[in-house]
Amino acid sequence: MKSMARQTTVGTKERRRLTNTAMNVLVYVAVGLALVPLILIVADVITLGFPALSVPFLTGLPQGYLLGGIANAIQGSAVMVALGAAIAVPVGVGAGIYFSEWPESRISFLSSFTNDVLAEFPTITLGIFVYIIIVAPTRTFSAFAGAVALSIVMLPIVARTTEESLKIVPVSLREASLALGVPRWKTILRIVIGTGKSGLATGILLAVARAAGETAPLILTALYSNYFITSLFQPAGSLPYLIYYDGGSGFLALQTAAWGAALVLVAFMLVLNLSVKFFIGRRFAGVRAEI
Amino acid sequence: MALEAKARPRARLSGGDLFLRLLVAAAAVGVAALLVALGVELAYNSQLSLATYGFGFLTGTVWDPVHLVFGALPFIFGTLVTSALALLIGIPISLGVAIFLSEKAKERRALASSLGSLVELLAAVPSVIYGLWGLFVLAPFMKTYVETPLHAYLGFLPLFSTTPIGTDFLTAGVILAIMIIPTATAVSRDILNAVPNSQREAMYSLGATDWEVTRKAVLPYARSGIFGATILGLGRAVGETMAVTMVIGNAPVISASLLSEGYTLTSLIVNQFNETTSPLYASAMVEIGLVLFGLALIINLFARALIWRMTRGTKFRV
Repeated sequence: MKSMARQTTVGTKERRRLTNTAMNVLVYVAVGLALVPLILIVADVITLGFPALSVPFLTGLPQGYLLGGIANAIQGSAVMVALGAAIAVPVGVGAGIYFSEWPESRISFLSSFTNDVLAEFPTITLGIFVYIIIVAPTRTFSAFAGAVALSIVMLPIVARTTEESLKIVPVSLREASLALGVPRWKTILRIVIGTGKSGLATGILLAVARAAGETAPLILTALYSNYFITSLFQPAGSLPYLIYYDGGSGFLALQTAAWGAALVLVAFMLVLNLSVKFFIGRRFAGVRAEI
Repeated sequence: MALEAKARPRARLSGGDLFLRLLVAAAAVGVAALLVALGVELAYNSQLSLATYGFGFLTGTVWDPVHLVFGALPFIFGTLVTSALALLIGIPISLGVAIFLSEKAKERRALASSLGSLVELLAAVPSVIYGLWGLFVLAPFMKTYVETPLHAYLGFLPLFSTTPIGTDFLTAGVILAIMIIPTATAVSRDILNAVPNSQREAMYSLGATDWEVTRKAVLPYARSGIFGATILGLGRAVGETMAVTMVIGNAPVISASLLSEGYTLTSLIVNQFNETTSPLYASAMVEIGLVLFGLALIINLFARALIWRMTRGTKFRV
């Protein structure tokens, strides 16, 4: 009886140890399964996109079914993202200040919640929205409509990161400023934003990175153009649309252009994200020094 | 509010304070108004289709713009099938990585943080690039190495009964899984990190193995948060447009086979929104957007509520 009991214990112990090892292995397998495709995507973009790169590719216009340039798409993307940011940043920063400085108000709660939902919303529905309010009344696809659609994509990101970076500004700083008789509005604009400004910059860069890669809303708003735009109220090319359209075409030269454009876009994101890392590093360094 | 209370005894309500508050409050209201306006515009502009087809729009299986017959079921079906596949494949993997990051790599902080920032970086890759990669690399790979064997050996199951083509439900599900992994991992990791260490220590002190601690002390504690992360992933998958459009084949088919071409709500909008030839067709397209809006709203509200409950009182925000 006694020996049997011991044997069962030993058996259980063995089983528990095995389960533990098996689960450990599974966890490592999961890490591998998650990383391999993600790394492959970046590696493939680099190896397949690199052959397309050249000065004429970056500065020239598309040449029918031959490998031309993507300058029209770069110009369109730059104009729409910049204009979109010009619309989204003031509103987003304003909303972020409200979320951070008046968190207890009912508006803050509702709007902050909406902001979270908006940040995750399918961007194609934003495209339909902008089509209805801008493209249909103006009777033309346009860079302006594209910029408005991108601004709606950026808005919740700017608002959220503004809120986050202002929240970590120490209360003691605000109190010190108020104690010196500085009015609250000046305290917020000078002290709170002054301290949190690298966080704000981070948010803006993240929003720009996200918007630069957005495709779906642009298809319904800016459409595409093979030429440079000279006015905001004409259809405009963009890098993501070019990748989608040329990638799906049956022509080898255009597919090469799509991979080249993908490389340009990924390189742009990488630069933005590294700048973000730089800003975040500075932000935390700054906060520590203040405390 | 605490700050305001402290400042109040001295401060008169100055014009500048009021002005700033009104200004930023207007911005905040603007954000909320945007979502409302989005819903209202979609509903208003799909009136014609709503009136013509009523509820049958959601259950109709035929999409024939030439004869103005519009049924959204094949697209709803495609969206649900690809999203379900994405969760089925993506969530266990994300959870595994999150367990690795929060439970195993805790002592190796440099490893965990560099892996974390790598995943964050990859999360920033635009969806159209996932689509391009899916079309040229993943689809041929899936066709040759996954779907052909599945069809050859398990072809008797309805699930794998059609001829493999590469651009189908299964490939779309896989590309979606790859896309939701970075976010689902980050959210689950934060949630696992928020589980108090006393939970783990109590279990270890009873002689539990690593896995038993994770299984019995950590995961149950984080359950609702992980469920929230899953729903958030579902929201992403349902709304994902470009990558899916490029690999799903774009044929309105309702089939039990995962190896069949399909179509989703989002890819239908991308392909046909600009091609409408009559007011009714245009209205039907907006109604497709409205269906997507409703689906996304329900999923997001649910996910937010869950995550909000889980992380209330903790410092981070998802």
